[in-house]
Amino acid sequence: MTDLTDLGIREIRDGVREGTFSAREVATAFNAAVAGAKPLNAFLVETPDHALAAADAADAARAAGETLKPLAGVPIGMKDLFCTKGVASTAASHILEGFTPQYESTVSQNLWDAGAGMLGKLNMDQFAMGSSNETSAFGNVISPWRRNDGGNAALAPGGSSGGSSAAVAARLCPGATGTDTGGSIRQPAAFTGISGIKPTYGRCSRWGTIAFASSLDQAGPMARDVRDCAIMLEAMSGFDAKDATSLDLPVPRWEQGLNASLAGKRVGIPREYRVDNMPEEIEALWQQGIAWVKDAGAEIVEVSLPHTKYALPAYYIIAPAEASSNLARYDGVRYGQRNLPDGANLQAMYAATRAAGFGEEVKRRILIGTYVLSAGFYDAYFTQASKVRTLIARDFEHAWDKCDVLLTPTAPSAAFALGEKSADPLAMYLNDVFTVPSSLAGLPAMSVPGGLDRAGLPLGLQVIGKALDEQGVLNAALAIEERAGFVARPQAWW
Amino acid sequence: MADATAPYRIKGATGDWEVVIGLEVHAQVTSNAKLFSGAATAFGAEPNSQVSLIDAAMPGMLPVPNRECIRQAVRTGMAIDAEINRWSRFDRKNYFYADLPQGYQISQLYHPLVGEGSIEIEDGEAVKTIGVERIHVEQDAGKLMHDQHPTRSYVDLNRSGVALMEIVSRPDMRSPSEAGAYLRKLRAILRYVGSCDGNMEEGSMRADVNVSVRKPGDELGTRTETKNVNSVRFVMAAIEHEANRQVELLESGGTIVQETRLFNADTGTTRSMRSKEDAHDYRYFPDPDLLPLELDDAFLEECRASLPELPDAKRKRYEAAGVTPYNAGVLTAEVETARWFDALLEAGAAPVAASNWVTGELFGALNRVGKDITDSPVTPGQAAELLALVADGTLSGSLAKQVFEVMLETGDAPGKIVEERGLKQTSDTGAIEAVIAEVLAKNPAQLEQYRGGKVALFGFFVGQTMKAMGGKANPGVVNELLKKALG
Amino acid sequence: MSVDTATVKKVASLARIAIDDAHAERLVPELNNILDWIEQLGEVDTSGVAPMTAVIPNTLRLRDDVVNADPLTGGGIRDAVLANAPQAEHGFFTVPKVIE
Repeated sequence: MTDLTDLGIREIRDGVREGTFSAREVATAFNAAVAGAKPLNAFLVETPDHALAAADAADAARAAGETLKPLAGVPIGMKDLFCTKGVASTAASHILEGFTPQYESTVSQNLWDAGAGMLGKLNMDQFAMGSSNETSAFGNVISPWRRNDGGNAALAPGGSSGGSSAAVAARLCPGATGTDTGGSIRQPAAFTGISGIKPTYGRCSRWGTIAFASSLDQAGPMARDVRDCAIMLEAMSGFDAKDATSLDLPVPRWEQGLNASLAGKRVGIPREYRVDNMPEEIEALWQQGIAWVKDAGAEIVEVSLPHTKYALPAYYIIAPAEASSNLARYDGVRYGQRNLPDGANLQAMYAATRAAGFGEEVKRRILIGTYVLSAGFYDAYFTQASKVRTLIARDFEHAWDKCDVLLTPTAPSAAFALGEKSADPLAMYLNDVFTVPSSLAGLPAMSVPGGLDRAGLPLGLQVIGKALDEQGVLNAALAIEERAGFVARPQAWW
Repeated sequence: MADATAPYRIKGATGDWEVVIGLEVHAQVTSNAKLFSGAATAFGAEPNSQVSLIDAAMPGMLPVPNRECIRQAVRTGMAIDAEINRWSRFDRKNYFYADLPQGYQISQLYHPLVGEGSIEIEDGEAVKTIGVERIHVEQDAGKLMHDQHPTRSYVDLNRSGVALMEIVSRPDMRSPSEAGAYLRKLRAILRYVGSCDGNMEEGSMRADVNVSVRKPGDELGTRTETKNVNSVRFVMAAIEHEANRQVELLESGGTIVQETRLFNADTGTTRSMRSKEDAHDYRYFPDPDLLPLELDDAFLEECRASLPELPDAKRKRYEAAGVTPYNAGVLTAEVETARWFDALLEAGAAPVAASNWVTGELFGALNRVGKDITDSPVTPGQAAELLALVADGTLSGSLAKQVFEVMLETGDAPGKIVEERGLKQTSDTGAIEAVIAEVLAKNPAQLEQYRGGKVALFGFFVGQTMKAMGGKANPGVVNELLKKALG
Repeated sequence: MSVDTATVKKVASLARIAIDDAHAERLVPELNNILDWIEQLGEVDTSGVAPMTAVIPNTLRLRDDVVNADPLTGGGIRDAVLANAPQAEHGFFTVPKVIE
């Protein structure tokens, strides 16, 4: 029998339905893989019993002749940003150590309702702030990938959903949830040779997901291929009356709608995404991607998104501003860590608790956010950034007059080594240059593996679509996937 | 302004000072559930028993607004002829305090739901219009208890997230009594509209009092804000104290600091709340968890259509029906009284007689038995019947009083009481003539004096006749027959 | 605009994050580096442009005024509310005594 952990979501779902193997066998195999991959530090909490219980329910349903649920028998990994009832949820921060939610996030509940089981809670950048997983309070995740230079440099799995990307790439789970605020699904997917989609803002409920920046945060799936992403996204999405920004629309049947032919479609190539100092290999992959979509029948059109260069600075005002407010609730009163120095009053307790509980990057962003909202600076920073955001969204609107989707690289580099960028926050921020504009505009965007660089590390291509057109994004990504024939995988060293 | 009313002035050593007052009233919106969560709003529940995951600001929790709270604020705005903003939005006001679990209050700074409106007040004889700058909707905070433990404060979040309207007046008031009149009028309007129960003891209405002083004609002075004053009397006392304090300070060469102060109800004084180590910087910005609030025509039409007749309109209607301005004022001051009076009119009572009877007989009786009009032992229907019996001559004024006493005791209908106790007044001329004859026979001396020109004795004969008839004779008929008999 | 140590300490105090002088000094160049870079937004002509208010055009839904309609957003769950409190007594959260 093949190793069950080599299977993706669709193969597991179909195999369980057909009785090729039992859901319990699948869960057991993945539980063992998780337990055997401690050096990756991808999981903060392992929940083998949760996975087994869901598997047994699937097997029992099949035995009873019932119609199986969409994800019956599929065990997944859950980013630790999602609150899970009775299972510690920390957002990889000390300040939430010891916090056990009494509730289940809507996205995770939707997955359980679809029959999925949970293998564990995945490590991440603290409060989803980071692009390398180095801001986790519980040690960084190490990418399962290594350069082919014979060195053993530990590489970043990307971030913030780095536990998710590492776990899927290392075959510890067939799929995992991620969240994307400025690229946190797409960049780690690109770094680890997997697929990941951020849907339109409002497709996935934010209820019960620990907030980073409310106007940008979107959950999405990370999985081995485009089809698996479509299957998982269908289960995660849906209207939620508990989230005022949730879209009250039916969930499209994305898997059923998959179609790799791009005949009649126009693929836009934004000229402003050609940035200075972009590695040749990234440029070459982009050209390759253009050739692939052309081969799939698409017409290529050059488009302009003139405000692209202002997206990152606008993002680094808006996201920290929202975060500075969203994270005010971590005060040591109702949950999480409390730090009460001798004789401290209430305000001193807050300051001590937050100083001890938040990591450096989180503090940095809270300070920036506090500063840009403070008296006298609000209009110059926040209001201006919100206006630029309007212009960025307008750029995309104009592009849609000329094309159906956009094709760009996902990140300006392959995975970098851990420690390489952590000393320079700004250099780290610049890694999100291609992913942030679509986040600001709330658009669906996906990363799909395109190939390897000279060092043998994966590179990703990004497809950006119109609001609500996840199908168009998935289809273009599928066309690329079929032509890229990406089969590389990390060799197990852990 | 009536000329008789001299403007309110603080007499200082350097001359007269004018007081400038603005009020920010926080009124709890009447709703079943909180502004952004489904937890209940009832007063007096066990600590933290009416707290949702949202109100406790658990990680990942999100607000969804309660339609009723928005509706009530809009109706309140309409009741003061204010501009209703079809497009408004919620902002976050960021600060750290133990009663504020989110670390921010969801409020409306930049685009409030309700804009410019006004309220007409009466201060003695004077009528004045007070501007209302805005009404916005926001979350209430929780409650801290400081006296339960020697070193700890206890936090109860039951109030956390309850909807408030903040009603911000223009600095248009010039005396404590104007501020009192404004508060009473605002409270009446809120209670007519049904958007706030106006219960100041339970904290449903609190006022932040902005006070400054200046020499008449000068520019506005620096103001102080006295927070959370929870009765009309206290608001007036706080203004009086604060204005005098400011005048004394200024006249002794000091300057007023713009600051937050607290009112001490026991001493009637105000004191500075905190020295600002951390000048407040609330870092307001639009709440990204909530989209702009857009109101459509149907929503606004329903709000308007569901507004009741308001105190000013009701008062005009009563006055037009002949009710004295004083009585009309008394009858419309409280919504319950006005409702009762309207029911009485609807049951057929004549407005003038009814207004006199309610403000006289009924209020007196309720006062005596210590009841509110809402639990009056006599219903408007019964009262209308009683007044009808007076109007058609069945009962005299004094008989009506007797019947009313029995009604209060038994709750019986007046008709039944009259029937059972034989309290009906008689207009039987034969019987009355017989009694008059008796009275004249018994009082020959008085009769002689009367006939000798002492006509004032007429009243004596009326009294004697009424007495002999047990009060049941129709006074009009008695008068007429006596005149005849006395020649 | 750039920050100095005093500003960093003031902002940290507003954000209720205790920092010592050395930490504040370390943050000054870091934050200035980021703020300098953010400054470039000033180049953009935004006259006549409205700030974005909704990422995806959508209207704010309002909920009905019903108590505990959904157990996930309703009250009456004191144990769950207090379950994670670092310190709770007699049904209250507790904090160091606040003197007003």
